[in-house]
Amino acid sequence: MPEDRDTVSSVSLETVSPLEARAPALPDEPSGRSRRPRMSRRGVLTWAGVVPFLAYAAFFLLIPVVVLVFKTFTTANGGFTLENVRALASGQYRASFIASIQVSIISAIGGGLFGLFVAYAAVRGRGPRFIQPLLTTFCGVASNFAGIPLAFAFIATLGANGVVTVLLADVGLHIYSHGFTIFSLAGLSLTYIYFQLPLMILVIAPSLEGLRVEWREAAENLGATQSQYWWRIGLPVLLPSLAGAMVLLFGNAFSAYATPYALSGGGINLVPIQIGQVLSGDVVITNPRLGDSLAFGMICIVGVTVLAYALLQRRAARWLR
Amino acid sequence: MASVAAPAEKKARRAPREHRRPSFWTIFWLIMAALYFLIPLYSTLQFSLETGQHSYGFKWYGQTFADPMFRTSFLFSLRLAVETVIIGLVLMVPTVYWVHLRLPQLRPLMDVVSILPFVVPPVALVVGLSGVFNVLPWMLSNSQILAFIYVILALPFTYRSLDAGMRAINVKTLTEAAQSVGAPGWKTLLFVILPNIRTAMLSGAFLTLAIVMGEYTISSLLLFNTFAVYMYYIGNTEAQPAAALAIISFTLTWGAMMGLFLLSRRRGRGSSPGVTAVSR
Amino acid sequence: MARLDLHGIHKEFGEVTALAELSLEVESGELVSLLGPSGCGKTTALRIVAGFEQPTRGELLVDGSDVIPVPASKRNMGMVFQAYSLFPNMTARQNVEFGLRMRKVARDKCRARAAELLELVGLAARVDNYPHELSGGQQQRVALARALAIEPAILLLDEPLSALDAKVRVDLRQQIRHVQQRLGITTLYVTHDQEEALSISDRIAVMSDGNLEQVGAPAEIYRSPHTEFVANFVGLMNGFDGRVQAADMVTIGSSERPIGVHEGHGCTAGGRVLVLIRPESVQLEELVDGAAVPDGAFEGKVLMHTFLGSVTRMNLSSDVGDLVADVPSLRALTMPPDTRVGVRVDPAGVKLLAR
Ligand SMILES: Nc1ncnc2c1ncn2[C@@H]1O[C@H](COP(=O)(O)OP(=O)(O)O)[C@@H](O)[C@H]1O
Ligand SMILES: [Mg+2]
Repeated sequence: MPEDRDTVSSVSLETVSPLEARAPALPDEPSGRSRRPRMSRRGVLTWAGVVPFLAYAAFFLLIPVVVLVFKTFTTANGGFTLENVRALASGQYRASFIASIQVSIISAIGGGLFGLFVAYAAVRGRGPRFIQPLLTTFCGVASNFAGIPLAFAFIATLGANGVVTVLLADVGLHIYSHGFTIFSLAGLSLTYIYFQLPLMILVIAPSLEGLRVEWREAAENLGATQSQYWWRIGLPVLLPSLAGAMVLLFGNAFSAYATPYALSGGGINLVPIQIGQVLSGDVVITNPRLGDSLAFGMICIVGVTVLAYALLQRRAARWLR
Repeated sequence: MASVAAPAEKKARRAPREHRRPSFWTIFWLIMAALYFLIPLYSTLQFSLETGQHSYGFKWYGQTFADPMFRTSFLFSLRLAVETVIIGLVLMVPTVYWVHLRLPQLRPLMDVVSILPFVVPPVALVVGLSGVFNVLPWMLSNSQILAFIYVILALPFTYRSLDAGMRAINVKTLTEAAQSVGAPGWKTLLFVILPNIRTAMLSGAFLTLAIVMGEYTISSLLLFNTFAVYMYYIGNTEAQPAAALAIISFTLTWGAMMGLFLLSRRRGRGSSPGVTAVSR
Repeated sequence: MARLDLHGIHKEFGEVTALAELSLEVESGELVSLLGPSGCGKTTALRIVAGFEQPTRGELLVDGSDVIPVPASKRNMGMVFQAYSLFPNMTARQNVEFGLRMRKVARDKCRARAAELLELVGLAARVDNYPHELSGGQQQRVALARALAIEPAILLLDEPLSALDAKVRVDLRQQIRHVQQRLGITTLYVTHDQEEALSISDRIAVMSDGNLEQVGAPAEIYRSPHTEFVANFVGLMNGFDGRVQAADMVTIGSSERPIGVHEGHGCTAGGRVLVLIRPESVQLEELVDGAAVPDGAFEGKVLMHTFLGSVTRMNLSSDVGDLVADVPSLRALTMPPDTRVGVRVDPAGVKLLAR
């Protein structure tokens, strides 16, 4: 969408009454407008149009986060402290972060690579035409089919009496006697991949479509082999999107609460589960502000991943359109 | 008279669909994906239909549907979903319209705000909200509060659908056209803009529906008995009705996504909104 | 430098016949254009030569040896695509070097050759720019340099200018022709733009629906099209049903007035023919106030002017039907719409095709 010059100029052409000109500038003013010190009545009204939304977002999103951060760094009687953050680095909390990061990495890489291959097969695989819309719809369903019902589905599949567990036992592979459980790292990752895989497909498919046939053919025409094409052109071009997508999957897994909770009945040490326990008072803790600092740590990690994703997407957009 | 000018060539054709057979790896990965998607569903379905050693039937479904708690929790979640959709649209449609029409310079801010719900995972949001509710405890007294929170969860999807929808119809030109024939602002929004972004609104609504019907984290931690909370409760007591519930829930998600798919179909190859939500 | 022969190249995509027994020879150092409307099989022909498609049957010879079994990566043909074919992750220089690197040419030699070629296409200053930092025309010049870097036996261009602005298009086609002649490289050039084909080619092969309609030098194609299709596709043409009255005389439609033609058109007297007249061969003279139509002319009326610069295109209605005439703009000023005119046709500009 092009810059909306007309709007801006029509506002500036309004007559400015001296009284209103002294009205204080609005707090949320972004760069474009802040150079304009005087504001007409129309100008103020224009800005008023977004106030309900911003107020809503502030109340239900921003203020809660601010409160949470504030509580993380203060003691009950208001003094500044780093104690709450420091507590994250030890004991079960440290372990929960490590476990969360592990599951997130494994399911991001596993689901990411799996999704990459599936998406490539669908986009470039010369399969029948109906494959792509079918896959997109299915991915929409599967990436939304998470939480409690997903956990049930995997318990029915890979639980101690799950259909696949029994099937494997019939052919002599007793996975549970090899230490597998549905809430082990492996079981958890397998379950997460159910929503990671479709998300990956949805996120990466446009980038794969952006890989132009001309590049492959030009490379071939200039004497490159299939693998030379991939190493020198295909992968370098895809890399930002790939990294971005995987980072997104990481954050996606890191945030998951309902799925691991239902898989394990809350008996697994992940950051979101820890937070849930603090919130619901399931565990006796000496420091009630640990919930805030855990959430703070979580927001930091997920925030970094979303930021990294956004930056990588922008990088990717330069090459893939 | 036979004078012909050279016809203009169409735009560069992308990947030509060749009549070659798909390769082994194409088939392999598509089958792997199909298996990964379908096996858990199949297992759950089988589990939910098992009524004895080797007998199958709809016993657990019948039992589920007969359970008054199923009905109350389901209707509760459905009501929340409808409320969330309404609050979300009432809040977002005028805002996005206004930003497109008058404050295009605010678009980056809107983009960032609408991504924030991804940055603050639901559990963390509950932590923050609890801090607020400690000061304003009356807010938790009414279950309506959930719908207001869900609007935040659905915000990224609602915003993106509406943004894409309004981008596609060039709101500014339409509005100016309406105003040039004398329509006041609210009439323009109601009778000119709304009919044109119906698809965008509906796709936002379907995604919201999928999110709210499966939402567990927030409702369970704030102690409200939504459909997902009920599902979890059943899962703790009986495995097979839980499987039946999972299938019902899947069907629901499928329905919402099919609605979304059919919408994008009808629109041709328009910009399809993101189709994934957060209810992990 | 090489000679290219296509012998009975046939290509089917499922039900669709994209090429029907195409035979074409391209002499060493010659630039031949494949010209035809969209979907007529030009790209398919080019891709078969490049090795991206296998023909259903037929022979493809480079300097007399069959190259059909040779994979695209070994054919040593430089290809320039319609657009967006530059590797986005490489600079202009790296793009040009790519083919040489694939051939394991030493790094400093690659650099020197890339510099030389980018110089040749006038981009010496942009060597370190990435494709997204270059304009469409610059990108296509890099693509040309990249295709030339491998010293290909044959240069293939698939509508390399069609994504560019009109002005750039004209500049660049001259540059392509210049470079091609300087290097004396055998070239197959695909285009749907007849003006482009006329201006750039040694010979033009006009195609329609997978068939070769006519091959010949630009002037020949323009002056004496062999088929109605060629006549209509190349340049603007007035076409009428007519009947040969004598070796040097035809009549058009139901009109009695004969039009002179040069002899040797090969159509039998009394036979029905298609009479083709280029707009520039139509001559008009103003008829003032009920003046009689002069001998050898027929009567017409000016309907519309389209100013094209030095000439003005005039749409006319006449005894024999509607027609188009290109008239020097100065003369056209004296014949505004609704003017009665006498229409004459230069016998040299009349072409007959037997019906
Ligand atoms: N990969 C393909 N699969 C099926 N049909 C094709 C393919 N490539 C080209 N065709 C068909 O072959 C015909 C010629 O196409 P093409 O060579 O691209 O024409 P042009 O380049 O002259 O526009 C068209 O009818 C087109 O639809
Ligand atoms: Mg083509």
